[in-house]
Amino acid sequence: MYKALVNVTLRKSILDPKGKAAREALHNLGHKSINDVRIGKYIEINIDASSESEAKDIANEACSKLLANEVMEDFTVNIIKTD
Amino acid sequence: MTIGVLVFPGSNCDHDAYHALKHIMGVETRFVFHKETDLSGIDAIIVPGGFSYGDYLRSGAIARFSPVMQSVKTFAENGGAVIGICNGFQILLESGLLPGAMLHNEQLKFTCKQVYLRTESSNTPFTSEIEKGTILKIPVAHGEGNYYADEHTLNHLIENDQIIFRYVGPEGQNDHRYNPNGALQNIAGICNKDRNVLGMMPHPERAMEIMLGSDDGKRIFESLLKNLVSA
Repeated sequence: MYKALVNVTLRKSILDPKGKAAREALHNLGHKSINDVRIGKYIEINIDASSESEAKDIANEACSKLLANEVMEDFTVNIIKTD
Repeated sequence: MTIGVLVFPGSNCDHDAYHALKHIMGVETRFVFHKETDLSGIDAIIVPGGFSYGDYLRSGAIARFSPVMQSVKTFAENGGAVIGICNGFQILLESGLLPGAMLHNEQLKFTCKQVYLRTESSNTPFTSEIEKGTILKIPVAHGEGNYYADEHTLNHLIENDQIIFRYVGPEGQNDHRYNPNGALQNIAGICNKDRNVLGMMPHPERAMEIMLGSDDGKRIFESLLKNLVSA
């Protein structure tokens, strides 16, 4: 068994209004050193696969088909072995 | 002639669309459940607004894979007229029937109000009876209507006259303050390259009776019905 740890974030070129609002709130709390916040999604997927590379392929396909919309989002996939 | 109104779990403008077509436009209309795949006898499809599948993951992302949407894809590819309103627009974007994607409104708030749209093209079955430049008063109600497309796609939309509605002021003013969500180029509605699929964030089915604020939405359905009769 493998577990895919997936991060989905808005593409760098796209303004992230939620991140901007969070950054401004942090500034109001005095955290002036925080100059950027980007908010995304974290997804865990358990996968039955015979190898790490097969698990990675399955997770990548799941991301490009459904979990991320590549018109506006980027994703990263990290695979860990769970048994 | 029969209009089909799709019904997903979480659709909430399906009855408004049904009422607008059946009782105000006076055309045979039927609901099409998300599990149905047979669209025979249907001449045009309305993908209504709402929160299909709870807007889980992204608006429209799950609805895209429902059985009915596979049939709608074929229907559209064969030239059938499809109009997606609000969440329906988001579903058409996720399905790839229209280019681009929807971001959260730039002000991060759900926005529900009357807006003004300028008709940018009469060259669709949905706007053929509306003179280019006509201002329509139609309400919006959404949290994710901030239209986005990359520069390449946007240039294609402009070159091919695929931008159908833009947000403007009551007198047609171009000003970002009349844009309710931050959409690129004040885009409120676009069509596909073949011009038979329209997506728009504002709700024409909620602008059907003067008593309720505006009946400008009728203009869009009048165009559609006229084109279906002559087709």
